[in-house]
Amino acid sequence: MTMQAAAPDANRIIARIAVDWIPLALVPVLALAALPLVGSAPTWVTLTVAGLAMGMMIFMMASGLTLVFGLMDVMNFAHGIFISVGAYGAATVLTRMRPQMEAGSLAADLSAMIPAVLAAIALAGLLGWFFERVLIRPVYGDHLKQILITMGGLIVFEQLIHVVWGADMIPLPRPSAITGAFILGEAAIERYRVLAVIVGLAVFAAMWLLLNRTRIGLLVRAGVENPEMVESLGYRIRRLFVGVFVAGSGLAGLGGAMWAMYQEQVTAQMGMQVLVVIFIVVIIGGLGSVGGCFVGAMLVGLMANYTGYLAPKLALGSNILLMVLILLWRPRGLYAIGKA
Amino acid sequence: MLNQLLSADFPRSRALSVVLVAILVALALAPFIFPGTRSLNVAAKVAVFVLLVASYDLLLGYTGIVSFAHTMFFGIGGYGVGIAMAKLGPGWGALALGTGTALAASLAIALAIGLLSLRVRAIFFAMITLAVAAFFQILASQLSGLTGGEDGLTFRLPELLRPGTVLFNLFGVEVNGRLVSYYIVFFGALALFLALLRVVNSPFGRVLLSIRENEFRSEALGYRIVTYRTVANCLAALGATVAGILYAIWLRYTGPDTTLSFNIMIDILLMVVIGGMGTMYGSVLGATLFVLAQNYLRDLMKLASDGLAGMPLLPNLLHPDRWLLWLGVLFILCVYYFPTGIVGKLRARR
Repeated sequence: MTMQAAAPDANRIIARIAVDWIPLALVPVLALAALPLVGSAPTWVTLTVAGLAMGMMIFMMASGLTLVFGLMDVMNFAHGIFISVGAYGAATVLTRMRPQMEAGSLAADLSAMIPAVLAAIALAGLLGWFFERVLIRPVYGDHLKQILITMGGLIVFEQLIHVVWGADMIPLPRPSAITGAFILGEAAIERYRVLAVIVGLAVFAAMWLLLNRTRIGLLVRAGVENPEMVESLGYRIRRLFVGVFVAGSGLAGLGGAMWAMYQEQVTAQMGMQVLVVIFIVVIIGGLGSVGGCFVGAMLVGLMANYTGYLAPKLALGSNILLMVLILLWRPRGLYAIGKA
Repeated sequence: MLNQLLSADFPRSRALSVVLVAILVALALAPFIFPGTRSLNVAAKVAVFVLLVASYDLLLGYTGIVSFAHTMFFGIGGYGVGIAMAKLGPGWGALALGTGTALAASLAIALAIGLLSLRVRAIFFAMITLAVAAFFQILASQLSGLTGGEDGLTFRLPELLRPGTVLFNLFGVEVNGRLVSYYIVFFGALALFLALLRVVNSPFGRVLLSIRENEFRSEALGYRIVTYRTVANCLAALGATVAGILYAIWLRYTGPDTTLSFNIMIDILLMVVIGGMGTMYGSVLGATLFVLAQNYLRDLMKLASDGLAGMPLLPNLLHPDRWLLWLGVLFILCVYYFPTGIVGKLRARR
């Protein structure tokens, strides 16, 4: 009894000591450093909002990957498939809901988007469950085979997407009430980007609460630190694995749906295209760290938008540069976790 | 003689020997046995990909490193020749310069990547190489003044290698520049394949195997594993670069889709694993099977797909464009059930 009462307290104290503010401060520092370079304040506001929105979407797609790695020591090279499948799931629902999407009111839009997003999460989560059960479970602990098997899964499921949804790109118009921009001061801000930031923040907050304030979160964090110990205390770490994998895949599906609506199109390769950026984010953040992943995603999103405006040719190069700089400063990423 | 050529690493299976000899003879006499542009293209592609896949196997199968930057080195070879020929004109000097520059660039990049990131775990290396390769791909499409962007570069070869140059007639086959190019590709690939076979059967190759099997123990025995891995990475990169150079010579073209694209990286993985990881001969089988499937399996699948036209979903599964699906399934089965691929299966049967 006393142990249980004491644990949350100790937890809080450790959390307070362990918070490392420097990486977190990088985000506003980067944003402010870009201000004089960009020159005009309204442009800067537009770019910053765009960067944050992109960062939030990348975070949704990347968080599952980093958590799965932290807990199970599995790097899923097929993570992009969950993104694509989520996008296709959302597109399937949305194309059937044309009338609601063209109604023009926010309520009607949401009545189309919420089922679409739920479908994306469910479909990606289901696929994640299948992946864990069938493909990854036999190769736990063998990195080489994991990479190969997940690559094989990527090939097969990308082809299966073609089989089910056809090989052509699917255009995905955004619901009418969240297209377009509004003017704030002199800066034009796209509505959809604001929505992406809100959803992203909500996901981050929910994840943070779940990981830091619930018993399951405690187990997951303990599992990241030392899985054998958690198992020896009598918890079934396998179930935790499956749960985290499914949740991570679902998040990737959500991110994929949001990303597809942002791009206004769906292709089977879209997941793979984002995967490189996701890897960069995961490496920057420190393999396995959700907080690091969040900061990394923001940095990458902002960087991509600023350089996209200042020097368009360097856009992806800038992310690699960012990664190199951060690895020179902290070789294991912003927030290094035990075993990475 | 044969012992020295094959570095005492024989196929060790009658069936495998027969298949290998058949492939060798078919490739060596391709212009005479299978006249026609399409089949000669297939033969040249097989030769180039045997070398490309063999050099990748040095990394994946023998050293246990997963790299996604192999197409980058393939591309450096292609673009090295392509840029030199397109900018300096169709001379042997430009060809030599392009080849030399490409090899030097590959060596420098492979060395840098190796020294910086081979100290860390396999997963990290795989992710870093993926990012670097993606960056290189973007670079190639952005520097369109130099590389021709998405369109790539079409260039002319020296006089001797042009299709229009007819030397003489042999057994009723016109020996022209195209044929000379083919034999440059064939013998180049063959020589480098034998060289790679020599590398993996040398004491150096044995150390690589020991690193693959047990990194910690190899280090305890006194081998500097970072050095060995870096050298293996450089050799593999050089092999891929030569493959890129040969492919560019054959196609008289270099572009992102033929050399740099991620799809080619996936193709290479499929070839290595299906053929057999850790066996150089696996790359021959894998590449041959894959290129043949790529070119001829589709025709078969089209027949099957048309035959099933009325059924739901099944025709889609057998659609000619879905051939990669079945190779992907084969790939997964290989990784689980026969990690040494076709070669391992054949050797087990004797």
